[in-house]
Amino acid sequence: MKVKRGMKKIKGFSLQFLPYSEIKGLNGDERIRKILNIVLGNNILILQGKLKTDEETRLIGDTMAMIGHVKGFKGIELAVISENGNKGMFGKMKQGIVRSLSGGDLGAITIIGPASIVKEIKRNPKKIELLLSR
Amino acid sequence: MAIKGFKNFFRKIFSNIFKNKKEVKLGFYGPPNAGKTSLANRICKDFTGEEIGSVSKVPHETRNVQFKEKVEISYKGKKMTFKIVDTPGIATKIDYEEFLKYKVNKKDAKKRAKEATQGIVESIKWLDDMDVVVVVLDSTENPYNQVNITIIGNLVARKIPVLIVANKKDLRTSNLKKIEAAFPEYEVVGISAKYGKNLEDFYESLFKLSKKL
Repeated sequence: MKVKRGMKKIKGFSLQFLPYSEIKGLNGDERIRKILNIVLGNNILILQGKLKTDEETRLIGDTMAMIGHVKGFKGIELAVISENGNKGMFGKMKQGIVRSLSGGDLGAITIIGPASIVKEIKRNPKKIELLLSR
Repeated sequence: MAIKGFKNFFRKIFSNIFKNKKEVKLGFYGPPNAGKTSLANRICKDFTGEEIGSVSKVPHETRNVQFKEKVEISYKGKKMTFKIVDTPGIATKIDYEEFLKYKVNKKDAKKRAKEATQGIVESIKWLDDMDVVVVVLDSTENPYNQVNITIIGNLVARKIPVLIVANKKDLRTSNLKKIEAAFPEYEVVGISAKYGKNLEDFYESLFKLSKKL
């Protein structure tokens, strides 16, 4: 098959959606392990909701610790898109109640992909663009 | 029991008396190549005569946490003593091939990448030790980067005061307003660490924030 100049085939990957209910009952360690297992399998993960800030930081730390130890792994691309935080007092209270009932910010979406596949995630307040490596 | 109570009482009184004389641990955090070391160098050079570390166009030049103790900063007649902590830039990915673009040889690039990953882990560990953090961002870059949001989110969760510095304001493509729009709840100070521009505003904000401790 002829490949046009500058049009290389993208290596295999898949998108995997993970509803928040799948991680709701897990502790921080288990959540990160689950996410990294998905990402290490060359999958782009779309997670409903978002991780806690300390979990996000630990995800970065654990990712760094894996570079050089897992063949071909260069790290991750990560982006969270959530509702605009510019809410009034009542809006914040309402959001807080919803979060405490559901256990997380279900209005958010987290995208995590292996850096070998996802070159860049361009993020604007309400838009995410995934640029894939070729 | 009574003796223990007295001891605690006096410890509290003494700690309150010397509270304002303690050294404030001031961390410089942010993504790679934002100018953390350039800013830390400028402060250290101005107030101690010595720089804290080397700077380079090659990302991840700072790969270890480096610090300078007892840096007494004077501003408008006020003085505060800081422990300046300059940290490696935090990133979610590191590819040694990126360094080859800067004419670093393959062996050194791999070594640099390995050290950079360790540096990021070290940076994260130090977060807990900070009293105040200056998040240095490159004002020519898109601020909606998850690393920036994660760092700031962590500092807020730890109740550590944050000052956002929009560096490289001397460059034509610098966009301070975009950083202000991205982080509307924080004070953003535009500076040029390289040329020492607008440092007065930076010191003003730093003193204001540190005084609250």
